[in-house]
Amino acid sequence: MEFFHSVPRYRFMAVRKICYVLSALIIVGSIAAEAIHGLNLAVDFTGGVVIEAAYTGTADLDGTRSALKSAGYSEVTVQNFGSSKDVLVRLPPLGERESPNAVTAKVETALQTVDPGVQIRRTEVVGPQVGRELVVKGMQAMAITVLLILLYIAMRFRWKFGVGAVLATLHDPFVVVGVFALTGMTFDLTVLAAVLAVIGYSINETVVVFDRVRELFPVMRQETPEQVFDRAINETLSRTVITKVATLIVVVALYLFGGESLRGFGLALIVGIIAVTYSSMFVASGVALDLGSSHRDLMPSERKAPIDDLP
Amino acid sequence: MNRYPLWKSLLFAGVMVLALLVALPNLFGQAPALQLSRKDGELFTGTTALNQVTATLAREHLDPDVAFVQAGRIILRFKDVPTQLRARDAIDAAAPDSYAIATTLTSRAPQWTRTLGLKPMSLGLDLRGGIYLVYEVDVEGAVKQTLQRLDRDYRLALREKKLAYESIDGGAGGVDVTFKDGATAAAAQKVLEAVDSNVTLIGSPDGLTIHATLSPAQVKQRQDFAIQQNITALGNRVNALGVSEASVQRQGANRIAVQLPGVQDASEVIRLLGKTATLEVRLVSDAGNAMEAQATGHAPLGTKLYKDRNGRPVLLKRDVVVTGEQLTDATSSYQNGEPAVSVRLDARGGDEMLRTTQENLGKPMGIVFIEKERQLRDQDGQKVAVDVTKEQVISVATIHGVFSSQFQITGLTAREGQELAKLLRAGALAAPVYIVEQRLIGPSLGQDNIDKGIRALEIGSIALFIFMAVYYSLFGFVANFVLLCNVVLLAAFLSLVGAALTLPGIAGIMLTVGMAVDANILIYERIREELRLGVTPHAAIKAGFEKAFSAIGDANVTTLIAGVVLWSFGTGPIKGFAVVLSVGILTTLFTALMGSRTVIGLFWGDKTTIKRLPV
Repeated sequence: MEFFHSVPRYRFMAVRKICYVLSALIIVGSIAAEAIHGLNLAVDFTGGVVIEAAYTGTADLDGTRSALKSAGYSEVTVQNFGSSKDVLVRLPPLGERESPNAVTAKVETALQTVDPGVQIRRTEVVGPQVGRELVVKGMQAMAITVLLILLYIAMRFRWKFGVGAVLATLHDPFVVVGVFALTGMTFDLTVLAAVLAVIGYSINETVVVFDRVRELFPVMRQETPEQVFDRAINETLSRTVITKVATLIVVVALYLFGGESLRGFGLALIVGIIAVTYSSMFVASGVALDLGSSHRDLMPSERKAPIDDLP
Repeated sequence: MNRYPLWKSLLFAGVMVLALLVALPNLFGQAPALQLSRKDGELFTGTTALNQVTATLAREHLDPDVAFVQAGRIILRFKDVPTQLRARDAIDAAAPDSYAIATTLTSRAPQWTRTLGLKPMSLGLDLRGGIYLVYEVDVEGAVKQTLQRLDRDYRLALREKKLAYESIDGGAGGVDVTFKDGATAAAAQKVLEAVDSNVTLIGSPDGLTIHATLSPAQVKQRQDFAIQQNITALGNRVNALGVSEASVQRQGANRIAVQLPGVQDASEVIRLLGKTATLEVRLVSDAGNAMEAQATGHAPLGTKLYKDRNGRPVLLKRDVVVTGEQLTDATSSYQNGEPAVSVRLDARGGDEMLRTTQENLGKPMGIVFIEKERQLRDQDGQKVAVDVTKEQVISVATIHGVFSSQFQITGLTAREGQELAKLLRAGALAAPVYIVEQRLIGPSLGQDNIDKGIRALEIGSIALFIFMAVYYSLFGFVANFVLLCNVVLLAAFLSLVGAALTLPGIAGIMLTVGMAVDANILIYERIREELRLGVTPHAAIKAGFEKAFSAIGDANVTTLIAGVVLWSFGTGPIKGFAVVLSVGILTTLFTALMGSRTVIGLFWGDKTTIKRLPV
């Protein structure tokens, strides 16, 4: 089977300016969504208490809320989790005097008044300072990743490519985080891992296009750099589409069948992969082109992989 | 001709055979099991204990499927959970308190895999249930303790040498000792140096005050020591719980992470881990009336008022015969059919006990149980760790005979005896600790997570296999084969290094599968491109691999960067994901480049003419 029987001739670079505007809108939109809706951060980051309980029948959410209220917890969220029987109870971070244990025990007792057969499936108590540290660490991890990748691309290609790749890469987490803000899905530690994986994936995609650009510059001496970029994207288009379909198949399976614990992870990757496809084709190449990438840039670094180097 | 060098093909085949072998134990799944360890922390040697246990179980018709000794612990595997639980009760009833019995999971893999030292991946807490705790060590408190000790020791030393000081002030920064005249201060300098030569002593300009401080290196050393001591103490207590595959690890600068797989009773465990307990032995005072002392609130000189377990007052002498520091071991046992705790003392404690019992034959002696719980309180807007001490006389008994380093405490229920022995064994925690993170995953959720994670992996992989086979026909099958090799290699690696598989880890495997296929797609698309240019099939295969190489290499190195950074920053489950992602990239490079080439070389390499490539 073959989707692309011959190399298509789309003029991707012609619309790059429109894409810049679109990307700027997406980033602004994402920030706005986070500002307006707020990100539904998990206790991993905020600190607090989460208790997942399985009721024997359909869970009485209002009854649970009032039971918790009479137990002294008014600032609670109670919601279904996965099915109508499963309930997720969330409390704000504990005060200094409260022992994590006493609180979970009290909540358990309160839930038992609603349904004596209730089963506690999971409890999580995270101190607020742990969460704060995690946020800082996450930011650091992202910054260091981006910096190292910039260096690597600058070394293997040219700094202009590095800047393009990094701008495209930074664009993608915004899209993912924006979708989480809009949908109100919980942003937890695994989703953060997914976002960092998206960064890696984004670079992966950009590199494939850049690799082709690097290969085409020496052989397309008469054409403009814009034509070289267009040709590179077109020639890799078939691979881009097939790879995306393949990865999406797996990630969608994760989203649909992986259970509640992996749903956020799956969604982050689905959104991320779509964003990556767009950004690696339009943003990364566009920026590299507008920074003045030309034949001269890649001529000295033209390399031939010696055949012996192949494994 | 398009043959791949033989040695490279053989290398690939060899690695895959090894990987299959190493990954094999994972296929058998896990079964409920019991793990028996000795209460004194010693290891089982030989098969005596094993034979006793299996004989007990045979009598009850609860024969385990497999029973063996591994790393000094007895492992008994059962066909289902009810049998496992009944067996536990049977063992405990037949030989009460002989073993620390933990319910656990063990691999169904056959004996010879164990003989070869092969083990399946262990399951993380999120997949098998259990408790995860993070303790924060109050390192500043540890330094403060050191300064307090210094303060006390200086006073004693100066008094001993009859050197008059004006004041001793212990503050956060150090201890200031002030004297009336320079001569005394000069003489004192040597005395203070002798107390602790590691402390930096600085004289004030007027020569009257000596300032003792800890250098930053000393502070750090003290803090590290406090954490290390806590890790040891927590480790001892965790061992006393008899949990299999438990771990106590340092996390960051001042935290300790404790993982207790399979443990469900969080409150009980946390209580045991957070408590410090010790004993004191004192003689009962005959100097006054306990009731009277309680009523007036004044204990006679040289005595101290306590309460016993029923709340009745007891007057004990102030002089301590033996303190908890001299205690070396405690085990729960039975004496004359009554539950008891056997206590063992060190040489000094034994001597003291011997002397006391000789001199006080026929007189009553009390055992005081001192329990400290560390609690955090608000004091002037600051978090302060406060020790809440509970002292109780747990036993008063007449000294009927002379004894020294070994004695029994009676008058407790079996359960209390067990807990007391456990607490005493575990010793005291060095510096204040408190819980900053606590996670409990129930066993049903763990099983759910595995089932769903594996199901998603199966569905995703099969759908991907079908897609690849349809789109690339025979070459698609090659890609699928290579992908399977990739997963086997990944599983083999994780089994080999003993990494725990977590839910994010399963997600990492899936992502690896989804991304690994890209390398093959890059190669196949290249081959197709070459074919379109009218190149012969053999040349197309060769060019496809060669030209795709740089893209595959660069793309994977950048993803690897992300994986490694994630690994170095992440904790717990995120680390698991990062490890899988990073290792997955390496296995992807190996299988996609060498594996694909080997398989393609095998099928199409020797054919002199290929009419059409099935790509």
